[in-house]
This record gives sequence, structure tokens and C-alpha cells, in this order.
Amino acid sequence: MNYFPEEVLEHIFDFVSSNQDRNAISLVCKTWFKVERESRSRVFVGNCYAVNPSRLIKRFPRLRSLALKGKPHFADFNLVPHDWGAFVYPWIDALSKGCPDLEELRLKRMVVSDDCLELLSKSFPNFKSLVLDSCEGFSTDGLAAIAANCRHLRELDLQENEVDDRKVHWLSCFPETCTSLVSLNFACLRGEVNLASLERLVARSPNLRSLKLNRAVPFETLHKILTKAPQLVDLGTGSFVHDPNSEAYNMLKSAISKCRSVRSLSGFLEVASRCLPVVYPLCSNLTTLNLSYATGINGTDLTKMIRHCRRLQRLWILDCIGDKGLAVVASTCKELEELRVFPSDPYAAGSATVTEEGLVAISGGCPKLHSVLYFCHQMTNAGLISVAKNCPNFVRFRLCILDPIKADPTTGQPLDEGFGAIVQSCKRLRRLSISGLLTDKVFLYIGMYAEQLEMLSVAFAGESDKAMIYVLNGCKKLRKLEIRDCPFGNLALLTDIGKYETMRSLWMSSCEVTLGACKLLARKMPRLNVEIINEKEQGQANLDDDRQRVEKMYLYRTLVGRRKDAPDFVWTL
Amino acid sequence: MAKLGVEFEITELRLGLPGDSDEKINENKKRVFSGEMDPTGDEEAMKTKAVVVVGWPPVRLYRRRGIEEASANNKRMVKISMDGVPFLRKVNLNDFINYSDLLAAVDNLFECSTIGEAPKGRHNSEYIPIYEDTEGDWLLVGDVPWKMFVESCKRLRIMKRSDTKGFGKFAIKK
Repeated sequence: MNYFPEEVLEHIFDFVSSNQDRNAISLVCKTWFKVERESRSRVFVGNCYAVNPSRLIKRFPRLRSLALKGKPHFADFNLVPHDWGAFVYPWIDALSKGCPDLEELRLKRMVVSDDCLELLSKSFPNFKSLVLDSCEGFSTDGLAAIAANCRHLRELDLQENEVDDRKVHWLSCFPETCTSLVSLNFACLRGEVNLASLERLVARSPNLRSLKLNRAVPFETLHKILTKAPQLVDLGTGSFVHDPNSEAYNMLKSAISKCRSVRSLSGFLEVASRCLPVVYPLCSNLTTLNLSYATGINGTDLTKMIRHCRRLQRLWILDCIGDKGLAVVASTCKELEELRVFPSDPYAAGSATVTEEGLVAISGGCPKLHSVLYFCHQMTNAGLISVAKNCPNFVRFRLCILDPIKADPTTGQPLDEGFGAIVQSCKRLRRLSISGLLTDKVFLYIGMYAEQLEMLSVAFAGESDKAMIYVLNGCKKLRKLEIRDCPFGNLALLTDIGKYETMRSLWMSSCEVTLGACKLLARKMPRLNVEIINEKEQGQANLDDDRQRVEKMYLYRTLVGRRKDAPDFVWTL
Repeated sequence: MAKLGVEFEITELRLGLPGDSDEKINENKKRVFSGEMDPTGDEEAMKTKAVVVVGWPPVRLYRRRGIEEASANNKRMVKISMDGVPFLRKVNLNDFINYSDLLAAVDNLFECSTIGEAPKGRHNSEYIPIYEDTEGDWLLVGDVPWKMFVESCKRLRIMKRSDTKGFGKFAIKK
């Protein structure tokens, strides 16, 4: 291999697209490192503070597509204060100077300002795709800049962002010459959009495959859009409330009959059950169905609709479907690969909900199931053991019992054996979230059996440091560990400090680790940033008392030392 | 109906969820939970027992808000009072598609057949349905298009016709 000219190596590397494989290639030798880095166009940075933009640009001169993730996962659940960081501006600034050919940017959990979006829109003449997931800090002004200035925009995908609505007609800012749109998702926007502009935009976008509307787009507009875009593959409806006897309803019926390509359906942010039958003709071809925001549909009507969806591979739904509804899913959706059941009312107990029955039914009926997120009111060991037996192929298994320290209601036992069965049976498990009453035993099982585990989320579990030590010692492929409200302390934290350089990050909040232990860790491991989030008032903060418990600690490996944008309440030790 | 009202209130209590308030973060250190739910499903007990812990259940704020808003939007809960009846009822106006539908349901609620069909039947009945709009005025039910009514109605009152003596006959437009 040493005698191959670099061009040949490069050509061979072209066939290697996965980032992990590319990373591995670059470690083989200096030549391979050089050829690989000069030909790499897509880069994924899992933690924006692990590296800095200039290093990135220097290493990958042909960068075309960048994916960046910012805040820790638990930021989703309000555990990370506002202004913690993850600002994307420095990245866009550096890229605008060093990487003008950038085409794609995908950001998750980052703070994106309107200035960022404006700079982005003006700096990259070939810019094609912007995906923002769970980001914040921008408004419709920024979107207007993107729409107006990105001449070759193919994709604008806004997933679950907090966007400030400035009542700007940003959609109208797409010039008449813009005909390149393939994917447009603005479901998370709260404000009105100019409907006429929307219709015209759709009409002049022959390549449009994915369109997700927001709640402000009324029912009556939907048929006009579908008539202009019968080639849509992925549709997210806006408001879906109307009189089934109306003209608009009939016109929608007719428009839908011409949409033969729709494979993915979502939206229904505002919906009345009586309107659902109009989409039934689409159901038989659907592979993805997301009704997780459709609180207006009760379990019976949900079930009725799902009976038509025999080809479903991915289903996101609310727990009002009930165990009986899930049994129907199990008997209808034989191709199901991913199921997510969300709580319709996170605080109510005793309302219509799902239990272990539903999950067991699904596991029994859907042999291809590999990914589950399940919010339920109770779970039993027997149920989990059945699930493990029926579905040895789980890659992602996340169970959330709404009362997080609830035991098996039939036996009063902790759920150690149930989760133990899951990790023992599912040899390909990469992601796991556990809940319910759990002792150290479940962690022993996880350390013993979960060999492929990359991400573990733990809350209100375990009894001692041993638990965390089992996991750190046993899970060789662990990349992300996030723990809250567990009795794990310094012994566990310091048991294998070298381990943390093999991982992306560790989050521990409301545990038993002390400031002293964190300082020690930071001293011994210069390539880790050990950050303490301190939310006490100024006067009470005391960096000298090593014995005080640390409320929130986030540590991550990094090549570039402590970050310079940390706010006052974050101490990097 | 009453249960729906309470559920709504439970959601309302949570709308000011943490994220901004430091106080709540310190309050919620203990692993205290409601444990076994009261099997009788007593709403009051549920409210007092359930401790709100920051970030639990792990549902994204975006999704949580979306569901709360969707629930709120899908329900147009209004109170209905009937003269002479000591308690009120609550209905979801979005459950009905027109005035007849609503008034028939109101009949059932108060178990009287005096309101009867459509606004047209009203001039024969003992009762007149009126509603308070968002501007605080009391209007006769049936004058405006149904959708407009649903959006502007804050509460309903089934008034005894005898109370309207002195105001002359009503010209019913529809």
C-alpha cells in the first residue's frame, strides 16, 4: 500500500463515507492521514468545545459539510442554565474566512443569533443546506436573511427550535428566482406566514420533497399546496381542523388522491378527529408517522388510523393510544423498526396511559423493532424479560417510568432483573436509558453485558459508588454518560480517570461528588475540561471549600483547553 | 366535565416551569416522589402529592410546551350556568360543529328540553341562551357564524325568559 500514489489512495477513500471509518483510516500512517484529511468533505464534531474552528479548517481544507453539537443532552430538560454557551458565531466567523465553499451546516443544541444567520447567508455562495435542531437565539429576521441571500438553498430544516417571532414575512424573502428547494420545515415557528408567498414558493419548487408546515397554516391552504406539489414524499400538516362537509375538505380529498409519493406524515399540531379520514388514503404507503403532538386525537381514533398503516417503520405517538392501541400496532405494523411513545400529560397519573402490556405486545408483534423510547406509568421485570426475549436486536432502548423510583408493581422488586435481561439479550445495544427503582445490581449487569453501549442515561438509581464503577470498568465503548440524582461520589469519579479521555463527556448532577475531587481530576487530566455549574448567588459561592458537594459537573475531553466564553456561573477547574 | 377542568388547572400550575427560577432548583434536591398514586384517582390528593422535580420526566421543553398549547388550543372550555340551577357545567366548544349540536348537548347537561332545537325554537321556550364575549358584552347565542362564536365565547348562560321582560321581542336573525 505504501507504493500507491496519493491519487489512488484518495480514490479508494472516496468509497469510505462513514465518519468513524474515516477517522480510523487517518490513524494508519502519516500518508493516509494526509490523503484522508485533504479529501474529507463531511465532518462531524460531537462537542463544539472539543476542538476549535481554526484547527478544523486547517486540517480539512476541503470541508463542505459540518455538523456541530453544543450543549449537553440534559440541557433539553432544563438542567443547564441559560447562557451556558455553545455559541455558533465563532464557527461561522472562522468558516466565512477560511472555508468559503461551505455547503451544509447542521447544528444541534447551539445558540444561533440573527447575526450568525446573516453572516452565514452572505459568506457562502454555494450554501445549500441548513439544519437547526433544538437551537435558540434567533428570530424570523435571521430566517429572512437566509431566504433572501442563499441563492442555491436546497434545505431549510428547523426542528424543534425556540424561535422569536418578529412578525417578519420571512417566507416572502425567497426570491422568485429561487427554485431549488428540496426540503422546508418550519413547523416550530409560532407566527403567521404569508400564505400566498408559501403557495407561490411551493409552485416554483419542482424538487420539493419534504414540507412541514406550522400551526398557522390553515386547513384550507393544504389542498392548494398539495395540488402544486403532488410529488411530496414527506408532509407535515399545519392546522387540521375543519368541517368534513365543507368544500375545502372535499378539495383536500381530491388533492390527496393525487399524492402517490407521501411516505412520511407528521404535524397535526391542531387537529380534530373527524378530519382524519381524509388522510387515510395515504396511510397504506406510510413508512413514518409522527402524531406525537396531536393531542386532539383520542386513543380510539388513533388506533383506527393506524390500522391502515401496514407499512409503518417509524411511529411516534402519544400514550393516549393505550395498551390496547399498542396491541393493534403490534398486529398491524409488522415492519415497525422504531417506536416512540410520549406522555400526553407528563404530570398526570391515572389518566389513559401505557404500561408494560403495551411494550410487551409491540415486542411480540414487531420482529424488526430496534429502537424504542417509551414513557409509561409502570413496568415489570417479567415484562422487560419478555421484551428482551422477543427483541434481541435493540440498538436504542430508552424507558422512562413517570415515577422514576417506582418498583415492579406486581412484585415490589426493583427493576434490576428486567434491565439485566435487556442488556444480556441485546448484544448490539448502543444507547440505554433506565428508570424505576434500581439498585447497584443493574449496573453490574450493564458493565458485564453491554459491550457495545455508547450512551447511558441514569436518574434516581443505584445505591453506592460501586454502581458507577461497574459501568466505567465494563463498558469499553462508552462515549457519553449522564447521571442525575444518584448516590455516586468521589470514589466512583476518580476510579479510572484515564477513562474520560476515551469518552466524549460525563455529566453528573445532584450526586455526591465534591469540589475537591473535581479539582483533583482537573489537575491530573489536562486534556479534560472539568466544568462546575454553580447556581448559588455571588456571596455564597466559595471556590475554596473542597468538601462542598458539587451540584452540577460536566466534563469533556478537548484539544483546545478551557473555553473562553464560559459565563460567570461556570467554573472551569 | 369537572375532571377536564381540573386537568387543565394542573397543566396551568406547571406552565411556569423551572429553567429560570433558581429557587426551585434548590428546593428539589431530595428524591421525593408521589410514590403510589392514590387508587381512587382523587385529583386533589394528586395535586398535593406530586412533587415537581426539575427536568423530570425527561421531556424537552419544546415538546412539553407544544403539547400544553395543543391541549389548550384544542379545548375551548367554557362554563355554562343555568338560571335556577345551583351548579355550573363546563363544555368544550370544539366538540360541537354548530349551534344545534351545542344546544342539544346543553339540553342533556341540564336535562331539560326547553331550549330545544336551533335558535329558531327559542321563541317558544322558557329559556334563552346568551353568552359573554371577549369584550365582556352579553349577546344572544346564534347571531354570529359558529366559528366566530367559538372564538369569542367566554361563558354561556341559560337565562330565564321571564328575566327579559321589558325588553320586547327578540328578532332572531337566523
